[in-house]
Amino acid sequence: MTDAARPEKKPPAAAAGEAPRAKARALASIVPSATIAGRALVAVVAIMTFLAGLTIGTAVAVRGTASQWRSDVTQEVTIQVRAGDKQATDAQVQAAADIARKTPGIAGAHILTPEETGRLLEPWLGSGLELADLPIPRVVVLRLDGSGTADLARLKRTLTDRIPTATLDDHRGWSRRLVAVTDGVMLIGIVLLVLVGLATVLSVVFATRAAVATNRAVVEVLHFVGARDGFIAAQFQRHFLRIGAEGGVIGGVAAAAVFGILAALPRLGLGGDPELPTVLGWLNPGYLGFLGIALAVVGVALATALTSRFTVYRTLRTIQ
Amino acid sequence: MVRFENVGLRYGMGPEVLKDVSFGIEPNSFQFLTGPSGAGKTTLMRLLFLSLKPTRGLITLFGRDVSALDPDEVAVLRRRIGIVFQDFRLLDHLTTYENVSLPLRVLGKEETAYRAEVTELLSWVGLGDRMHVLPPVLSGGEKQRAAIARALIGRPEFLLADEPTGNVDPTLARRLLRLFIELNKSGTSVLLATHDIALMDQYDARRLVIADGRLYVYD
Repeated sequence: MTDAARPEKKPPAAAAGEAPRAKARALASIVPSATIAGRALVAVVAIMTFLAGLTIGTAVAVRGTASQWRSDVTQEVTIQVRAGDKQATDAQVQAAADIARKTPGIAGAHILTPEETGRLLEPWLGSGLELADLPIPRVVVLRLDGSGTADLARLKRTLTDRIPTATLDDHRGWSRRLVAVTDGVMLIGIVLLVLVGLATVLSVVFATRAAVATNRAVVEVLHFVGARDGFIAAQFQRHFLRIGAEGGVIGGVAAAAVFGILAALPRLGLGGDPELPTVLGWLNPGYLGFLGIALAVVGVALATALTSRFTVYRTLRTIQ
Repeated sequence: MVRFENVGLRYGMGPEVLKDVSFGIEPNSFQFLTGPSGAGKTTLMRLLFLSLKPTRGLITLFGRDVSALDPDEVAVLRRRIGIVFQDFRLLDHLTTYENVSLPLRVLGKEETAYRAEVTELLSWVGLGDRMHVLPPVLSGGEKQRAAIARALIGRPEFLLADEPTGNVDPTLARRLLRLFIELNKSGTSVLLATHDIALMDQYDARRLVIADGRLYVYD
C-alpha cells in the first residue's frame, strides 16, 4: 500500500477525530496462553524435576560418601597376627612392624595396644571385658605415604614367608564391593534420570501437539501472512519455556529443600539416635549435589522449550 | 508475475476440480474472478496463495516454480501477496490493531516502527475508533475492512480478495471497489473473486470466468 493509493479524504469517524472507545494495551501474545494446558503441565514438570533432583542429590551423596570412605581405608593397610603364646606373639608383631617400616611407600607402622584393640571391639563385645583371656589377633596399622609406591604384594609374600601367623589386609575386597555398590547406585540414578527425562519430553510433546491443534486457525493465519515456521515455533516455545522454568524451579526447590532439611536435622538436635548423623551424612549431597539440582532445573526448562519447538516444526510440516 | 500452464488439480482420487487452466497475471493489472458456486474459484485462489500444489501443470509465481519451493521460500513469497478471505480469518484474541499489524510483527518489526502506519491505515478504512476492540465486537463490514487492512499493511505486489464485498452494503461495496482500484493504480496487481455482477459492471476490467473447472478469460 503506497501513500498515493490512500485517498486524502479520511472516513468520517477518523476525520472527526473521535477518541478510541477502548484503551490500548500491551501487544497480546499471538498464541493465547489460555489455549495451552499450562497448569497441568507445570505440575507434571515440577514432579519430574523433583524426582530428578532427588535422584541427582542421592547419587551425588552416595558417590561422595563412598569416595570419602575409600580414600580413608586405602590410606591404611593392616597386618593381623594370630594370637598364640604371648611372648612369641609380641615378637612376631614387632618383627612384622619392622618389616613394614623398611618397606618403601609405608609412612609409618603403629602396633595397636590391647586397650586400643579393646575399643575397636567394644561395639561388638561391650566394655569392661578382659581381652587377655581371649585369643584376640594383634593388629599393626600401616600408614601409606600416598605416593603409591608401596609394593603390598611383595610385603604380603615377605610377611607370609617370615611370619606364618601374619596376614596383610589391604582392604581391596571391601573397596571393590564398595565400588560395585556405588557404581550400581549411579547406574540406577542414570536410568531413573533417563526415564524421568523421557516422561517429561513425552508430556511436552503431547501438550505441544494439543496446543498446535487448538491454535490451528492461528497457525494458518500466520502462514498466510508470511510467517516462517521458525517464527511460529518461537511463539509456542516462549510459552513452554515459561512452563518449563516455572515447573522446574518448583520441583528443584522442593528437592533441594528435602536435602536441606535432612542436613539440618542433626544440627537442630532432632532424632535421639546417635547413629542418625551418620545415616543423614550419607544423604548430604553437598554443594555439588545442589549444583546438580540447579542444572536439572535449567535442563528441564530448556528441554521443555526445545521439545515444544521441535514438535511444532514437525506438526507444521503436516499442515502447510 | 503469475503464470498457469495447463494446471490441473484433483483432491485425492476424486475428479479434477480444475482442468487445463492456463492464464497469466501481469504486474499492475486488475481482474475479476467469477463463476458459479462450486466451479473451482476457491481452489484456484488456494493455488494462487500457495495453500495447494497442482497435481499437474506448471505454476510460476514471481518467476518461481511453486512446486519446487521449500516452506521458508513459500513464507517469503506470501509476504509479497495480500490475501482477503471471505470469512475474514481475524484472530479473536487480538484487537483490530493487533490483527492488522500481524504481517509486520511476523517480519520482526518493532511496534514503535509501525504504530503510526497501522493507525493511519485503520483510520483510512474507517476503523480508527475500533482499533482496540476485539473482532467478536465488530460488525461484518468492520471485520471485512479489518481483513482488507491486514492484507494491505505489508504493501503487497499482488492482492487476492475472495468475495471482499460479500458482507457489506452496496455503498461500502462501492467504496471498497474504489479502494482496490486505487491500490491497483498505485502498482499492485489485484484479483478480486466475486459473484456480484453489478459490482463488476462498475469497473471495466479483465474477467476470468471459471465454470466446470475450466477457465475462460475475457480481456
